[in-house]
Amino acid sequence: MTLIEARGLRRDFAITSKAGWLRRRTRVVTAVDAIDLTIERGEMVGYIGPNGAGKSTTLKMLTGILSPSGGSVRVCGLEPVPQRTQLARQIGVLFGHRSQLWWDLPLAESFALLRHVYGVRESDHAARLARARRLLELDAFLDVPVRQLSLGQRMRGELTAALLHGPHVLFLDEPTIGLDIVSKQAVRAFLTTLGATGDTTIVLTTHDLADIERLCRRLIVIDQGRIVHDGSLEQLHARHGSRRRLVVDLDEPLAMPLALPGAIIESVQADGRRITYALDGNVTSTGEILRRLTEVAALRDISVLEPAIEDVIARLYLRRSSDPVHDAAV
Amino acid sequence: MAIGPRMIRAYLALAAAGFRRYATYRQATFAAAATNSVFGFLRCAVVFAVVDAGARIVAGYDRAQLATFVWVGQGLIGTVLIWAPPDFADRIRSGDVVTDLLRPVDPVWHLLAIDLGRAAHSMATRFVIPIAVGALFFRLQTPRRPGTYVFFALSLLMATIVCFGCRFLVNAAAYWLLDARGPHIAWTLASGFLGGLYFPLWFFPNAAAAALIVGTPFPSIIQLPLDVLVERGSPADQLVLLTIQASWVVIMLALCRFVQRRGEEKLVVQGG
Amino acid sequence: MVAAQLRSQAQYRTSFAIDVVGSVLFGVLDIASVLVLFRVVPTLGGFGFAEVFLMAALAVTAFAAADLAVGNVERLRVYVRSGLLDAVLVRPLGVLVQLTALDIAPRRVGRLVFGIAMVVIAVGHAHVRLTPHSLALLVITPVAGAAIFGAVFVATATVAFWWIESGEIANGLTYGGLNFTQHPITIYGEALRRLFAYAVGFAFVAYYPTLRLLDRADPLGGPVFLAYAGPLVAGVATAVAALLWRIGVRHYRSTGS
Repeated sequence: MTLIEARGLRRDFAITSKAGWLRRRTRVVTAVDAIDLTIERGEMVGYIGPNGAGKSTTLKMLTGILSPSGGSVRVCGLEPVPQRTQLARQIGVLFGHRSQLWWDLPLAESFALLRHVYGVRESDHAARLARARRLLELDAFLDVPVRQLSLGQRMRGELTAALLHGPHVLFLDEPTIGLDIVSKQAVRAFLTTLGATGDTTIVLTTHDLADIERLCRRLIVIDQGRIVHDGSLEQLHARHGSRRRLVVDLDEPLAMPLALPGAIIESVQADGRRITYALDGNVTSTGEILRRLTEVAALRDISVLEPAIEDVIARLYLRRSSDPVHDAAV
Repeated sequence: MAIGPRMIRAYLALAAAGFRRYATYRQATFAAAATNSVFGFLRCAVVFAVVDAGARIVAGYDRAQLATFVWVGQGLIGTVLIWAPPDFADRIRSGDVVTDLLRPVDPVWHLLAIDLGRAAHSMATRFVIPIAVGALFFRLQTPRRPGTYVFFALSLLMATIVCFGCRFLVNAAAYWLLDARGPHIAWTLASGFLGGLYFPLWFFPNAAAAALIVGTPFPSIIQLPLDVLVERGSPADQLVLLTIQASWVVIMLALCRFVQRRGEEKLVVQGG
Repeated sequence: MVAAQLRSQAQYRTSFAIDVVGSVLFGVLDIASVLVLFRVVPTLGGFGFAEVFLMAALAVTAFAAADLAVGNVERLRVYVRSGLLDAVLVRPLGVLVQLTALDIAPRRVGRLVFGIAMVVIAVGHAHVRLTPHSLALLVITPVAGAAIFGAVFVATATVAFWWIESGEIANGLTYGGLNFTQHPITIYGEALRRLFAYAVGFAFVAYYPTLRLLDRADPLGGPVFLAYAGPLVAGVATAVAALLWRIGVRHYRSTGS
């Protein structure tokens, strides 16, 4: 069942700036440029892109707090902006930078209030709360006023709050931003468990690569308002030929840097003591390359660098601007 | 507008939350009540000087009525809450207001419910303390007619709602104005001067006072509840005042919802 | 620092205009709330309209001047609560200077200008004889009064070093003080007079000087020289306030927050 459907969704912003003493210049910025989205029930989708790509703008249009400049969108069968209040009962939203909890009240009271606000059945509410308490370890700070919570604690509370009314879709805008590693892992584990049930559709925007790797089966990449990829992370890397890098530090510089199949020398530094290889996983494995290297040199240190998502996207954009055929979906 | 039986429970829960929240501000509450009491003494001296310099009755009030006017007035300040930090305006400016929009409750009713809970809590502290202090040192006029207690209770409730409405509108200006100083200043001036806080409005020429009472919401916040309490006139007169207040309750709430809807539209269409 | 603040504030022209107008209106409110009383009675505490008008005008001018100079000290409460005070303490300038000079509010000048205008009008209305002596008194009085109010502002603000939530109490003495000084002290009971008029020194802001300016004997039997005691009282008040401030800063530094 299709829960989220967008066709030609567009959003423009008029930016006025001063040009001289009295005159004003207005230019139109297209934040979201006619994108198509189809998200089925139970999916776990990562919606990513560089800063300013249009992620948050899209999310706002999907949740009804920003009206589209063009195109159509339906979430849970409803039109988000005109039917916002109705939609609010079907969706849960978590903005990483904003709080939906009541600032001065203890966390537990916020939960209790939400039950009344959304009209949730006592038993359902209790069950969901119990599960969240268990998985996110809320008991330690349930009675603390929200304004006194640490960011990690607050985010766990927000996540709980967003789900208490059993929404069909959960939208998360940078849920792990600024969190300590323990909280990040707790949030990811919780979302994974939630996604596994298949009852809740999850759409999340994030900059965190670990979030993407662990949570998103499907990855939609948006850049400058356009969708440039819609598939899995592996497909993304495969399509755009991003490579892992292997950086080796040698005891002694080699007379001639070793060239290996599947490992292209990207740079040589420190008088030949540090060599950076770009690896092609299809041709050879990291282990094989290291074996070959140790045959001819003493390695002091190695590090493996995963392909950065920003690099992929940058490359994506470069490729797109030179390639007139716009291949978005895979 | 969504006011079904399910929502009523939601609003009651919100009111209870508002009550509990303000219950935690103990120190600030008592400090404020102490300040109110200080002002009570100062203002009492002024009104007594007026009464002593004139006839026994000034602008329709006798000494005891004026004392009551001053002390219950000080109690009212904290109950209807004339001055409050601009929390809602801050939320609008920071954009946090979107989380309010994402809940299935109307922001106006949401905030009103919380405010009524706060007012209920204030009854036990900021209302009672100045009156107790005043009663200790001065002779205050207790209602002669039992009906006055009921009238005053109603009047107090309506004053709280009208005051909420005014504060909400001042905050909601943040949807359009980057700098809220103008509305805030206007509200502070109007609520004091035109509301009956500094002196009974009947010190003004009768026509002016009547025009203010009927034509502006400010007297409904302080002047009218106090006039009801000191039984200025007959029970019929009290009912007239209550009717004026009720009208302003309806007008202010309608205005709040209208402004809120407009503000939401601006936010949603322009992106804030 | 002040110049930079003035420049950046002037950029917000509309809000600046609103502030100035609002400031003037507050001044109007100050005076009007006293004068309105004369609609219903001919005298207040034994004094007539012209006399009380002058008293109120002098009081408002003194308050507005103090508000302009050190009014921002009440923000100490905000600074303490938010922890911003720590950043202030690290800088080489004195804490008080930073709090007040950093945010000097030219917009508050509206109230002051209005107050001065009212003094001029009141002086004319009361037919005060303008001799060098009376002119000197007319100038010194608001200045001394401003110092007294300023001292009260600072002293009441220091409570925040110990007791953040209590900020409301300061209003009782600051705005209460304004209220007090606008009226002849004859209307107040013994206890109130002893506290506000003499202990805090509010009687020297407007009451005694006005008596002298209008050549009226004090119904309370005070000697004539009290009219000139303003600067002395101001000096004492300022010293006390400065001491309290120093103690407060030291306390804050030692306890952390």
